[in-house]
Amino acid sequence: MSTFLLLTITGLGLGAMYFLIASGLSLIYGLMGVLNFAHGAFITIGAYATWRFMEAFAGLDPLVVRFLLAAACGVAFGAAFAAIVELVLIRPLYERHIEQVLVTVGLGLAVTALTEAIWTPTQKLFVMPHWLVDTTTIGGARIPNDRWVEISAAAIVLVALLSFLRFTRYGLIVRAGVENRAMVTALGIDVQKAFTLVFTIGGVAAALAGVLSGVYFGSVDPLQGTRLLIFAFIVVVIGGLGSLGGCAVASVAVGLLQQYANYYGSQHGAGSGIGDLSVMLLLAVVLLVRPAGLAGVTATRAG
Amino acid sequence: MRRAAAVAGLAALGFAIAVPWISIGTAGIFSGPLNSPGTLQVLALCLIFGGVAMTYDLLFGFTGLLSFGHALYFAVGVYLVAIATTRWDWAFWQAILFAAAVGLLLPLVLGSISLRVGGIAFAMVTLAFAQAGSILVDSNPHKWTGAEEGVTVAYQKLPTGLVGVLNTKNLYWLALGYVVVVFAVIAWAVASSPGHVMQAIRENERRVEVLGLRPFVYKLGAFVTASFLACCGGMVYVLVIGGATPDVTTANFTLTLLVMVVLGGTGTRWGALIGGIVYTFANQRLPAAASSHAVQSLPGFLRTPLSEPLFVLGVIFILIVFFLPGGIVGLAARTPRRRGLRLLESAAGPATTEGELP
Repeated sequence: MSTFLLLTITGLGLGAMYFLIASGLSLIYGLMGVLNFAHGAFITIGAYATWRFMEAFAGLDPLVVRFLLAAACGVAFGAAFAAIVELVLIRPLYERHIEQVLVTVGLGLAVTALTEAIWTPTQKLFVMPHWLVDTTTIGGARIPNDRWVEISAAAIVLVALLSFLRFTRYGLIVRAGVENRAMVTALGIDVQKAFTLVFTIGGVAAALAGVLSGVYFGSVDPLQGTRLLIFAFIVVVIGGLGSLGGCAVASVAVGLLQQYANYYGSQHGAGSGIGDLSVMLLLAVVLLVRPAGLAGVTATRAG
Repeated sequence: MRRAAAVAGLAALGFAIAVPWISIGTAGIFSGPLNSPGTLQVLALCLIFGGVAMTYDLLFGFTGLLSFGHALYFAVGVYLVAIATTRWDWAFWQAILFAAAVGLLLPLVLGSISLRVGGIAFAMVTLAFAQAGSILVDSNPHKWTGAEEGVTVAYQKLPTGLVGVLNTKNLYWLALGYVVVVFAVIAWAVASSPGHVMQAIRENERRVEVLGLRPFVYKLGAFVTASFLACCGGMVYVLVIGGATPDVTTANFTLTLLVMVVLGGTGTRWGALIGGIVYTFANQRLPAAASSHAVQSLPGFLRTPLSEPLFVLGVIFILIVFFLPGGIVGLAARTPRRRGLRLLESAAGPATTEGELP
């Protein structure tokens, strides 16, 4: 029972990271029709900027303040990078979806390679407050404390995004744009501003996921963003492109399935990749049964 | 115009066949004379990837199918030949036949599943299947795939004409033969009437359905043809390299194929071939260029990015998408009249494709 609890919480922690990445991807796709391959770069930049600022603030005490400050800088860097990418690379290719996807592919490759060139392909250890490395015992299970941080971060982002979409003017524009972009433009509303906004939101969430992935795995390496991105893609497709709710459900399902299959599979003699394989299988099954994903036929409902 | 291109192509082919006999210096473009084994191996790799890029272009450029799982079928050719000869102790020809059979059946099964969805969802399902293959290789079942180390082919199992430094020229000719076959098959497939349907699917799938044709059959045909030819490319590759490594199974490998195709020019007769050759050459030779005196004497902020081939190629790729939408071939064919046409097309393009995305 305690193992099951540990697996569940860990799976939720993993799912939380998937959600942070996938929510941005899903919003960007829903509004702009661009599948953003550069999202992995946002993750990498968030994680590496945090790691770098931890070194830069070396003299700062206590460790918690230093870490929070570095993480804030990391997220800010990711957000700024995402906004610049949208303004400089995506906007000039307005309405040419294939070209936009190709540009993000090139950017993803280039940023990964640049990270390797500057900081070598080896892992960089994440220095973090002791509390995060410690465990809390609940129901006999010793649960690493960082899982709570990941889960609550994802929950906060989910609530914030939903209320942003529901209660603000820009949220209304984004929701309407996902539904029917041409009509919103025809009503004289500048959708382009919403594009930059959505990209920046995606950048914030992805960079946050990058920081948390550093905490979760204890280190960062140049390919970490790409590895997480593949699972986030799967989450987006399972959840239904453009739907935040579907995205949240799918990320929890994928995170849990991966943990359970890895543990119980290896107990029954399956290889180490069984968790990842079952996620691929889940994707194939979902697409065959419901080609538009969990969130229904139109896949245009946000929030 | 067309005849001139054919003559130029035949002349290039004649020269390519003769390369192993031409012993001239390459002035630093390659590491040795034109017919040295090192140069021939680089050229063989260029040719193989030129061929594999053409198979990817059959999907992406001609049929309009954006697949992120093409690496899987290439890897089937690479890994099955390596595993069957080395781990299972099969004869060389049995291994080749087995890999070819799998290379035909696997895309037939996986293609019929993934083609039930279109657009981005298709890209994701193909990605997922390829990722499953990659994970399988990484998990090293029965110690067959060797995980990160890969498999080194037992050279005793290979035909003697394909082993050893002196026989590099035979491997080079094998790679050249592969490219010629791929080129011929794809040129024939594109010109055939199913090929016209494929290109019609790329332009407007719904209209093809309205005409009473079943797009699924043609898409599956393109998928199986492209995947099988990629699998054959994998078999040639494993012979040239002498082993299998897991990087050919990754999603990044498929993305590099996409980069090659766009670099050369999508949906054109020569584009993917030229793109594949140029990309592979750059990828093989950029590290040497990066360690050259000219780059090493640059200040650090310039030297560090330039020493990473993928960074340079990624940036070039972005620039091509922005400033050279037709790729290298598009640059050659850019006459004023055609340019006007393209502007018209790009102005009309989004309006007709709008609403078709899933």
